Amino acid sequence: MDAARPATTKPFTLYGVEVSSRLLLGTARFPSPHVMSEAVRASRAEVVTVSLRRETARTGTGQRFFDLIKELGVRVLPNTAGCRTPKEAVTTARMARELFGTDWVKLEVIGNDDTLQPDLFGLVEAAGVLSTDGFRVFPYTTEDLIAAERLIAAGCRVLMPWGAPIGTGRGLANRYALKSLRDYFPEVPLIIDAGIGAPSHAAEAMELGYDAVLLNTAVATAADPVRMARAFAGAIEAGRLGYEAGLMQMRDMAAPSTPVAGTPFFDLDGRQ
Amino acid sequence: MQLHKSALTKVLLNGEQVETGARTLAELVASRGLAEGAVATAINGEFVARQARAATLLAEGDKVEIVAPRQGG
Repeated sequence: MDAARPATTKPFTLYGVEVSSRLLLGTARFPSPHVMSEAVRASRAEVVTVSLRRETARTGTGQRFFDLIKELGVRVLPNTAGCRTPKEAVTTARMARELFGTDWVKLEVIGNDDTLQPDLFGLVEAAGVLSTDGFRVFPYTTEDLIAAERLIAAGCRVLMPWGAPIGTGRGLANRYALKSLRDYFPEVPLIIDAGIGAPSHAAEAMELGYDAVLLNTAVATAADPVRMARAFAGAIEAGRLGYEAGLMQMRDMAAPSTPVAGTPFFDLDGRQ
Repeated sequence: MQLHKSALTKVLLNGEQVETGARTLAELVASRGLAEGAVATAINGEFVARQARAATLLAEGDKVEIVAPRQGG
């Protein structure tokens, strides 16, 4: 690496699209549309998640929001948030494809109201239907290895395991299993989706070798979302650079970092 | 009275009971003042593409969903 140039992380690929920023940002729960736009800019995210909701009157809210997103020049990843069955998720994905003009979909099939954890059986089923229908599926899944295998068999080429339940901010709740997933699927782009609360959590995910982090609440509900977006961008870049540079191995015993040879007074009485 | 009744169709629009004079899904979208490209639609859980709305007749008791872009995580 040219030392005179600032270090940048390597780009990665999502369904054939090269992406430089390893932070994907949700657009919900910001205090205002303006703050959301500023936070997206500060995060340097190239992909943002969006959603669909019922519209019965001519309020124009939905279109104004989409226009704002278009101004940011980012790629959208529509979600199927709130869907509880494969059928709901498939229909929502089809509506999103038409409305947002993208075949990317963040597939959520929620199995439990308290944990918002994915219904992995419904997720695999919906992923198969959507992949056959031409969608590029980004499944919101757990760290389960077998579910990951089934999702890949169903056509998924990206996996998005949770760090912790949505909105909890607990970080990587099962670090060991997430590391296993990373080691088991070295070629599949893996994005930690949900549960990230602090920049250090995101850096930890990157140091484990995850390709990217998708977060929303930690930025949107911060006292200063724009500043927090910048903090996450820095942490994610630092964590990834650390991974690319190669982390040292942990050891049990201390090892001096300063050379031992030539230490003054080394031959004084009482020192061996 | 008889004529009036037959001209209106009761549908469940986004979870609410409404009576509409619209005969097709395209007419229902227009009757709500929504631009056709600003929303996506489904009937009885199945996606209905924009081009298919004009040919999709509304039936009594249809469950219609009309959705627009929104913030999401």
